[in-house]
Parts: sequence; C-alpha cells; structure tokens
Amino acid sequence: MNMLVCVKQVPDTTEIKIDPVKNTLIREGVPSILNPFDGYALEAAARIKDKNPDSTITVISMGPEQAKAVLKEALAIAADKAYLVSSREFGGSDTLCTSYILSEAIKEIEKKDGKFDIIFCGKQAIDGDTAQVGPEIAEHLDYPQVTYGLEASVEDRLVKVKKETEDGAVIVGIQTPCVLTFTKPSFDPRYPTIKRKMAANRANIPVLAFTDLPDINPEKIGLKHSPTHVKKTFVPQKKTGGIKIQEETAEDSVKKLFAMLSDAHVL
Amino acid sequence: MVNKTKDFWVFVETNEDGTAKNVGIELLSPGRELADAQGGKLVAVVIGSGVDAAVEAAGTHGADQVIVVDSEEYKQYTTDAYTIALTALVEKYGPLSMMLGATNNGRDLGPRVACRLETGLTADCTALAIDEATGKVAWTRPAFGGNLMATILCPEHYPQIGTVRPGVFKKGEETENKAEIIREEIHVEAEKIRTQILEILKDMDEEKVDLENADIIVSGGRGVGGPEGFAPVRELAKVLGATVGASRAAVDSGWISHAHQVGQTGKTVAPKLYIACGISGAIQHQAGMSGSDCIVAINKDPEAPIFDIADYGIVGNLFEVLPILTEEIQKARA
Ligand SMILES: Cc1cc2nc3c(=O)[nH]c(=O)nc-3n(C[C@H](O)[C@H](O)[C@H](O)COP(=O)(O)OP(=O)(O)OC[C@H]3O[C@@H](n4cnc5c(N)ncnc54)[C@H](O)[C@@H]3O)c2cc1C
Ligand SMILES: Cc1cc2nc3c(=O)[nH]c(=O)nc-3n(C[C@H](O)[C@H](O)[C@H](O)COP(=O)(O)OP(=O)(O)OC[C@H]3O[C@@H](n4cnc5c(N)ncnc54)[C@H](O)[C@@H]3O)c2cc1C
Repeated sequence: MNMLVCVKQVPDTTEIKIDPVKNTLIREGVPSILNPFDGYALEAAARIKDKNPDSTITVISMGPEQAKAVLKEALAIAADKAYLVSSREFGGSDTLCTSYILSEAIKEIEKKDGKFDIIFCGKQAIDGDTAQVGPEIAEHLDYPQVTYGLEASVEDRLVKVKKETEDGAVIVGIQTPCVLTFTKPSFDPRYPTIKRKMAANRANIPVLAFTDLPDINPEKIGLKHSPTHVKKTFVPQKKTGGIKIQEETAEDSVKKLFAMLSDAHVL
Repeated sequence: MVNKTKDFWVFVETNEDGTAKNVGIELLSPGRELADAQGGKLVAVVIGSGVDAAVEAAGTHGADQVIVVDSEEYKQYTTDAYTIALTALVEKYGPLSMMLGATNNGRDLGPRVACRLETGLTADCTALAIDEATGKVAWTRPAFGGNLMATILCPEHYPQIGTVRPGVFKKGEETENKAEIIREEIHVEAEKIRTQILEILKDMDEEKVDLENADIIVSGGRGVGGPEGFAPVRELAKVLGATVGASRAAVDSGWISHAHQVGQTGKTVAPKLYIACGISGAIQHQAGMSGSDCIVAINKDPEAPIFDIADYGIVGNLFEVLPILTEEIQKARA
C-alpha cells in the first residue's frame, strides 16, 4: 500500500489563555503540536503497514518552515518520507483553497512516488476546527471518502473502515484510491523509538513551493481567492452569575439546590 | 456558480425510517427569519427513501416549499449519492444560501457539495444573522476548541453555505402546512456509489443513548472514580427520566461507552437541564454542553471551571450529594 497522511501543526488549544483586559487569545508561549487527530490517522496507516510491511507512508504538511517539526515527529513515529508545502502565495487560504493546494501537491508528488492508494487525514484540526479539508481533498481528486474513521484494514485492495456513527459504529467498505479521515479511537498512537527519533532529526525534508507546482491555478489559492472571509473574531462571553452552594453538610446543600431548582421551575 | 433566486435552503436530513432528524426542523426557525431578510422563500430539501413524514414535518414548521428526492438509493446515507443529488438540485434552482445540520452526515456531505460547487462553507455555526453592511449571511462559529468565536462571510460565491450545530435553535411551533411540494427524480447508478456499509456494530451497552433529544442529562466525569462510580449518576438519571452523559476522561478510562460522551469529540447537547458530576469543565467538554438551558455542577473543587458556566453548583463530594438529591426528588415526586 502506498499511503499518504496529511498532518497540520497546530497550537495546543488546551494551553490557550485569554487576555482578560484585551479579551483576545494569548498565543505567545502556547506550544505547537501535531494535530492530535492527525496522530490517530498516522497510527491507522502504521497499523496497515504492520500487516503489509512492503507499504510506504508519506506525510505532507502545508505551513511555514516551522511545520517541519511535525513532519519530523511523524517520521519518528511511523512515516518513511515527508514533504512540506510552503509558499507565501498559499497564505490565508480557507478550506476550499487549502484542500486544492494539498490536492495539487499530492498530484505532483505522485508523479515521482507513484499513486497513493489511501490518503489519511485527521477528522479536524483543533485550531480551525472545520473538519472540511479531508472531504474537500477527496472531492478535488474525485475519490470516495469515509469520515469519522476509528480503524482501517486492507483485504485484497478493499479497505474496511470502522466508522463512528451517532449511535455506535459501522464497518464501511471502500475502494482505493480513497480518502479517510480519523477521529479519536480507544487506543493511543505509538511512541517513536530513540533510533527513529534520531533518524528523523537528521532527515532532509523537501519543500514544494508555488513554483514547484506547474499545474496549479493561481486563481484558486490564497486569501484573495478564498470564498470565505473571517470578518471578525471575538472571545465568547462567559456565562456568569452562577450560584455556588457550599453549606455545612451535603444535606443542607442539596436542600438549598432543590429549593432553587423548584423556584426556577427547572424541576 | 450564480444564484438564480433569493431563496434560503435548509437541508433536512432524514432517519432511515423516513422521519426528519431534529436539527433539520430546528434550522427552519432561523431559516424563516433569514429567508425573509433575504427576500426569498424558505425551502426545505428532503432526500431519502419513503420520506413523507419528513416532508410533512418541514411543511408544518414553516417551509414555503419542500423539494423532495425520494428513491431507494437514498435509503442509507452515502456520500456519493447524496452529493450528486444535492448538487444537482442546487444547480437547477440556484438558491442564495443553504444550511445543513452539523451532524456526522452533515459534516461529511457539506464540504463535498461546497467543493463541487466551488463555493465557501462555514463549519459548525452557533449563531446566524444577516450582515448589515453587505446583506450577506453572517455565520458565527467557535474555533480553537471553543476558545474563539469567528464571524464568517462568503461575499462573492453562491450559494453561501453553512453547517449548523444541533440543539442551538429550538423547533418552532407546528403551523398549518402551506408548503408547495416539488418532487424531483434524480437517479444514481450503483457504480457511482463507491462505499458500502458491510456491518452495523452494536454499542457496548444495550440501551440506545439519545443524548441529542434528551430533556435532562446527568453526566459523570473522572470524579466518579471508576465504572461503579456511575451507579449514583444512573440512579439520579433514573428518577429524573434523564439520559446519562460522560466526559471524555470517563470514556477514555473505559468506564462507559463513547456513545455517552459529550463535547468536542462527542455529542453536542442542549437539554433543559444538564447536571455535571465530577467533571472539571474543560473547554472541550463545554463545547458540547454550554448551550444547555440550565447547568448544575457538583464538584468538590470550588475552583473547577465548570462553576464558571453553571447556573447552580454544589461544592461537595458527589458520592454524598447525589444519593441525597436522588432521594429528595423521589420524595417530591411520590
Ligand atoms: C477562526 C477561524 C475560523 C475559520 N473558519 C473557517 C470556515 O468556517 N470555513 C473555511 O473554509 N475556512 C475557515 N477558516 C480557515 C481554515 O481554518 C484554514 O483554511 C485551515 O488551513 C484549514 O482548516 P482547518 O484548520 O479547519 O482544518 P480541518 O478541515 O479541520 O482539517 C482536517 C484535516 O485536514 C488535514 N489538513 C488541514 N490543514 C492542513 C495543512 N495545512 N496541511 C496538511 N494537512 C492539513 C489534516 O489531516 C486535518 O486533520 C477559519 C480560520 C480561522 C482562523
Ligand atoms: C482534541 C481534544 C478533544 C477533546 N474532546 C473532549 C470531549 O469531547 N469531551 C470531553 O469531556 N473532553 C474532551 N477532551 C478532554 C478535555 O480536555 C478534558 O481532559 C476532559 O474533559 C476532562 O474530563 P473530566 O472533567 O471528567 O476530568 P478531570 O478534568 O480530571 O476532572 C475531574 C473533576 O472531578 C472532580 N472530583 C473528583 N472527585 C470528586 C468527588 N468525589 N466529588 C465531586 N467532584 C469530584 C475534580 O475536582 C475535578 O474537577 C478533549 C481533549 C482534546 C485535546
């Protein structure tokens, strides 16, 4: 299997704090991490490779030079090859443009490395949170897709994906080539070995810039050609004025709560 | 593409039994206002197999028109068939704007359709308005795990599309059905559907967990300490006729199945009453429940962030508080 995993470098949103005066996000000092869902996607690819050892896993990320850090992390965990997609022309792209650029970069890599059988994505990036780039890559390439994947296996070119649904899970069969997106499974992704980590640190990661993609349409990329525009951002209003009950005994606290809920006609 | 009308479309997702999913009907409420503001019709789009119940529900909840595609190949949702049908309808009628519920299927279908139409899509919205300066739809959505809200416009592409979270808007009252019904025949050849459901896996528990439609939810987190710690949570839920929810910490620990999880990677819920027991209130948990009408927190740590969003909170040990609360309610209802 020739597999590709799309990974994004994201701020660790669990570490984000709000500036109480300016009411904005404080991004300084927030660590950049591999998008957790992309880690699950990489693990799913690695598990297929465990069973089919002649497989290759390539990782690709679009972002600034610093994004090489997550590519190196992916190399350390399970990937064999990595590409960074980076150019000023790509900046400010919304999901339609981002997915278009990634699909063009994928086609360019395929000219050298051969067609990918499966393209893996995370369900969503924890910063943009849209969950749109995976399905849109699939659409640009005209591939079928399965979203909300938990696990995947390959049997005679048929890919079987365990997909999370609103009331449980289903097994979906999908032909290759295809795009799969992954949500959080019940297991954690594997840790890198020291040996792989050292090799990854030394790895030379090729960069694909705008000029390296001869077939790309410049009218379909970047802030200017993105159909959606962020008009404004703001920090959500915290609900305030809640009543905290802390009486001498649990009995008294419950009595007070019960009375308040009854008065408010909640109970 | 160009719009041909000023109409506002709501994609009303159906269940396999042909009824409408709640979120589709919920979206007709803001849809009514937005369609009026745009100066067009409110159109519900129903795709499925044997979907008369959904068509009727759309008609009695304010749609001026219902466009129906009713055929066997749509019985089960597939990305390929639904994308072909919905794209064909948009191309034929040219609405100005469209919204879909941000369910698993809605978030699978929305980007596929938007990309095929080469237009913008705003994800997972929680507030909708018309932008005064431009007259475009102003889609407001949480990003960065709920830490930031963004208002997004799609100024030059049509239709303007958004997915909207379930539970944010309330279903309107039923009214007289005056909707014009338009039936469209769109058929998809079997080989164009490139995925197939091979097996349906049952959830860990026997009961069906319907968090999205629950009026009351009692949730347990890491504070319950183990699978047996859910017993007092379940007891309280039982006397209240409530559904049991959970934080991801409890789910990841294997104490309860994922179907119960509330939050960014679980369900988004908006019950009348949400009782959080032993849950700290991480932003990813809040992302799934902050729209509840009334939030009650029980936590032994007075500094837990859940108290910032709770209407009422008890600082205390849940193993002491819950049995007394259960008894109190039982007494009152006896
Ligand atoms: C506050 C805010 C709100 C926004 N809202 C919208 C919106 O509603 N609609 C819209 O179209 N755009 C929106 N954008 C722009 C959007 O965030 C960017 O286009 C972003 O590059 C991709 O979207 P995402 O982060 O949501 O990724 P998602 O679609 O959530 O990512 C899904 C998966 O795609 C892959 N992937 C995504 N980005 C990359 C990458 N750079 N390199 C490699 N793989 C990648 C990963 O596997 C990832 O797990 C918003 C931006 C901001 C700052
Ligand atoms: C990408 C991503 C997605 C995520 N998605 C979700 C999601 O969908 N849903 C979700 O819930 N989380 C999600 N999380 C995890 C989230 O960040 C928190 O880790 C999680 O919500 C914590 O669960 P908790 O509140 O049960 O546990 P903790 O944070 O450990 O809190 C336990 C609480 O119980 C209290 N407690 C302990 N004992 C008692 C007692 N005897 N009586 C009363 N109180 C007691 C403690 O004071 C504490 O406040 C996500 C994280 C990431 C990174």
